[in-house]
Order: sequence, then structure tokens, then C-alpha cells
Amino acid sequence: MMLSAEDFGALWLTLRLATTVTLVLLLLGTPIALWLARTRSAWREPVAAIVALPLVLPPTVLGFYLLIAMGPEGPVGALTEALGLGLLPFTFWGLVVASSLYSMPFVVQPIYNAIAAMGERPLEVAATLRASPWDAFFTVVLPMARPGFITAAVLGFAHTVGEFGVVLMIGGNIPDETRVASVQMYDHVEALAYSQAHGLAAVMLAFSFIVLFSLLRFQRSGGPLAARHVD
Amino acid sequence: MGPWRRGTLIDVSKDTADKLGIKARFLLQHGGEAAGRFTLDVDLELPGSGITTVFGESGSGKTSLLRCLAGLAQPHDGKLSVHGETWFDASTNLPTWQRPLGYVFQEASLFPHLSAGDNLAYAVRRARPPVDPAQHQRILDIMGIERLLDRAPAGLSGGERQRVAIARALLANPRLLLMDEPLASLDRGRRLEILPYLERLRSELQLPVIYVSHDLQEVSRLADYAVVLAAGSVLAAGPAQSVFSRLDLSIARDSEAGVVLSGKLIDSDPAWQLSRIAVAGGELWVPALTASANEPGTEVRLRILARDVSLTAKPHDDNSILNRLRVEVLEVAEEAEQPMALVRLACGSDHLLARVTRKSIHHLQVHPGQALWAQIKTAAVVS
Repeated sequence: MMLSAEDFGALWLTLRLATTVTLVLLLLGTPIALWLARTRSAWREPVAAIVALPLVLPPTVLGFYLLIAMGPEGPVGALTEALGLGLLPFTFWGLVVASSLYSMPFVVQPIYNAIAAMGERPLEVAATLRASPWDAFFTVVLPMARPGFITAAVLGFAHTVGEFGVVLMIGGNIPDETRVASVQMYDHVEALAYSQAHGLAAVMLAFSFIVLFSLLRFQRSGGPLAARHVD
Repeated sequence: MGPWRRGTLIDVSKDTADKLGIKARFLLQHGGEAAGRFTLDVDLELPGSGITTVFGESGSGKTSLLRCLAGLAQPHDGKLSVHGETWFDASTNLPTWQRPLGYVFQEASLFPHLSAGDNLAYAVRRARPPVDPAQHQRILDIMGIERLLDRAPAGLSGGERQRVAIARALLANPRLLLMDEPLASLDRGRRLEILPYLERLRSELQLPVIYVSHDLQEVSRLADYAVVLAAGSVLAAGPAQSVFSRLDLSIARDSEAGVVLSGKLIDSDPAWQLSRIAVAGGELWVPALTASANEPGTEVRLRILARDVSLTAKPHDDNSILNRLRVEVLEVAEEAEQPMALVRLACGSDHLLARVTRKSIHHLQVHPGQALWAQIKTAAVVS
């Protein structure tokens, strides 16, 4: 049950992808969650629905649309080419974009829940104590909603590690560029290399268990999936 | 709404600024058809010093008024200037965090992730300029919270939390303190515990306070200036005594109705444990003041309830009532089918309220302009 250099490459790539996607999503998801929690705009429901779409959409469908959009004929592809970035499909950054969309609800939802549970009052108090909105974000929202941010990071990371369909559509199977652990695993099984597959599967299983166990330990009361999913 | 920009600060001395006071005109509507529409429509000129109380039933718009003053609610139209500085008008809307105010919310609003001391430090760090160290210490002393500073908000009682919250608002070095029923979430015992702290605010800190409450006892103890709101409109506004002695407002029919007189300590009689207080219309004996406030000339405030005032035509001294003031009848309010009537009296430059039976009104033939004696059974020293 030895892991090959290719297996390690796939694991390392997975780690890099998941870390990048988590950071991107925390940066993107936080303003979206803040906006969703506080806005009274008529756009609130449409935006919330789009953010939640990956929860119900088959990953291959999402991947297919992204492939088209980011391809040479698609609007995103035209943009990236105009910017001199080339085309995104079958590259690491193409995977980052696709995975970010795919894992978005798992990051936005816990942050949204934490901010909604906090309510408006702490922000009003901060404003009456002369805290600017940025100041209040770092000194009140972040510390008070910290459990939500940690849950968001863990779920976003774990969900990106586990994806397969979107990666296949967008990334294909290029070693050290788009061949993540789940794809490598699939290749092993296709090639009937069961002992290789066992090794990789065990690593993934242990990883997933540790992630969920830590999350539950951190949250103590109730499970994140039970308690943190909302309205 | 125009773009946000900083209010214009006119360079004036503090005294002049206080005289400019607070001018607030707000039109605010909220609630849909289903929720029932609410409109706040007020135009007030409030003094730039002392405690202004805003009294009204729940739903009368008290909190909305306070939130408009703080910038936490956005009026559709209006104008707000505080000490000559424009905070809100058609082209200006200073965001809350740029308004030099303090706000005490109805329920405990300490940041749960910070200790009591860190909650105070949060305000001190952002105060512009911070209060000087002597004032800082005085605020801790007045609120009596020094020994609580290490504790987490969750480990404090409701009264302690609210005292820390008041200290935090004061340490923000506000030029205007807004208090939204700060005692409403507390039981009676805690309320009586905090009221004296609030009274010390008036006497020890030079800071205009706008204090919202639906508790008549609280507002009449604290008020220098009083506003009465009903259904989003101003029912009455003026110096506390003239508002609380008005007979046409429902507050006069409250069993706690009464007025607050200001007076000065003349002397104390240790033999009888009584203090003599000079008020506008004469002298009153009250239970001896505590030793700490026993200097002749000390300012005191006396609360006299309408139900503790009776009227006589001649100054009898053959009864147990010690306090007697010469008064002139200003107004009589009696309702048919009611045993009691209310009489508004002038006593020097002060006003008094008396609740007496209608039978006595007829017996004494009480009418405006008549000279009578008011016998005062109890006068409570409130600060």
C-alpha cells in the first residue's frame, strides 16, 4: 500500500487547490454573507439562490457551463485572453475558479448564519462608540462570528478536496496541474490498480475524518451540518 | 439623500454652544400596510444642558426619536443640529460613528467577547479626545464598577451590566448622551439601585442627556426638561415642572403624578432629624439629609406627589402636617363620576399639583385666582 510519486503529487495539488479556494472564498464569501444578512434589497433572494445553486446542481452541469464560459468562445474566455491570461480550462487557476463557485454555499452559509445570529445591535453599539464600519468589522464582526468563519473555512476546504465532477469537466487530467487526488483515485480504479487505490483512499478517509472530528470538537454543541444549515 | 459629508462645526465657546441647544425636526415613516403604519413627526428645540426626558406609551415613537438623533434610523425629511453643528439635513447625514454621542440601549449591549474593562477600553480608544484621567476615574466612581472590570459581561448581573454600559457611553466622551429606557430591563430593586447613579450624572457631569422612558417616576425624578410623545407626535414639551403639572395630559391622572421642586438646604435640626429646605414659595421640612450633603446652600430636588398635597383656606397648625405653603389656584380639573379632582397651584415661581376630592373642591369653592394653603404630607428628596 505504498503511495507513488504521482499519488503524492496529486495530494499536494489537492492541498494547494483547497487552500487557495478557501482563501478566495473567505475573501469573496464574507462580503456576500454580510450583504445577504443585512440587505433589504429585492436582489437578496435571487443572489441567495445563485449562491446556493451548487448545492443542487450536478457538478458536471456546473462544470459544463464553466467550460463553455471559460473556453475561447465564451465571455470569460474572451476576457481572460484579452487580459493576456490565456484560457483557464485545463489549468490550475481554471480549477480554482470552478471550485470556488462550486464550494461557495459551504462558505457563505456558515458566515451568513453567524452574522444573522449576531444581529444588528453589536454593530449599532460599535457605531455609537465611534467605530467606523471597517473598524467594527475587525473588532466586532470577526471576533463575534469567529465560529462561523472557522466552520466556513473547514467546510470550504473539505468540500474542495472532495470534488470530482467539476474537476473532470474543467481540469481534465494533467499531472501536477489539474490531476487532484480524487481524479488520481479514479485513474487507479480504471487501471485496476486496487492496491494503489487503497492507499490513496485511506489517506482521503483519514483526512476527512480528522477534519469533521475537529470541527465537531470545536463546535461541541450539535453537528455543524445539523445546526449550521439554515432557513 | 445627499452624499454624506462631515457636519460643519461652528467655532463657538461651550457656553454659547449649550445655548444653541439641540434642534431636531424629523419625519420618519415605517411599517407596511400589514404591520400598521407608524409616523414620527416631531419638531423640538431641546436645551443644550441638563436631562431632557422623553415620556410616552410604548409605540409612541420615543425610541424612533432617539434613533433618529443617533443616526441609527434615517428620517425621510428633517433637520438636526446639536450645539450649532449640523448632523442631519437635506444635504448632510453624519453617519452614527462620526456623531459625538453616547448611547445606552434598553437591554444590556456590552460586547460579549470583551471583558467589562475591555468594553470600556473600546470606547476610550475611539473617543476624540479621550476623557482626561481624572474624569475617567470619576466616571468609574459614579457608576461604582471598578471591581467589575475583569469580569466577562455574562458574569455580571443585569444592573452591573447596565452600569458598565452607561460608563462605556460616558467614556466615549460624548457631547450628547442618549439613553433608551436604560432601566426598563431591570427589576424594581435594580432600578432603585441605578437611579441614584443617574442623578449623580446630572449634578457631577456637564453633559446634556436625553432620557427615554415610559416610567413616570423615573422621568419626573430625573427631568429638567420634559417631552411627552403620543402616536409619533409631541403632546407637550417644556420645563419639567410645567409639563408634569399640566392637567390636560393623562400623566396627571397617574397615581405617581407630581412635580419636582428645586431648593437649597438652609439648615438641619439634629434633634428632630429634619432638614429645612428653601423653595421658591417658602420653606419645607424634610427628613434630615445625609451628612455628606449637609452643607447649607446644597442644591436639592424634592419630589411632591399630587396625592400628598391637600388644601386648606386657613393655615392651621393644629394638625400633624408640618409643611404648609401659600399657593394660588391656577386651574381645576374635575371629571363627572370621579371622586377625585386635580388642582394646579402656583407657589412662588414653582407649580404644584394637588389631588383632592371633588367634594372638597365644592366645599372650599376652589376657583382660579383663589389664595389657599397647601399642606404637604411628604416631600421626598430625590437628589
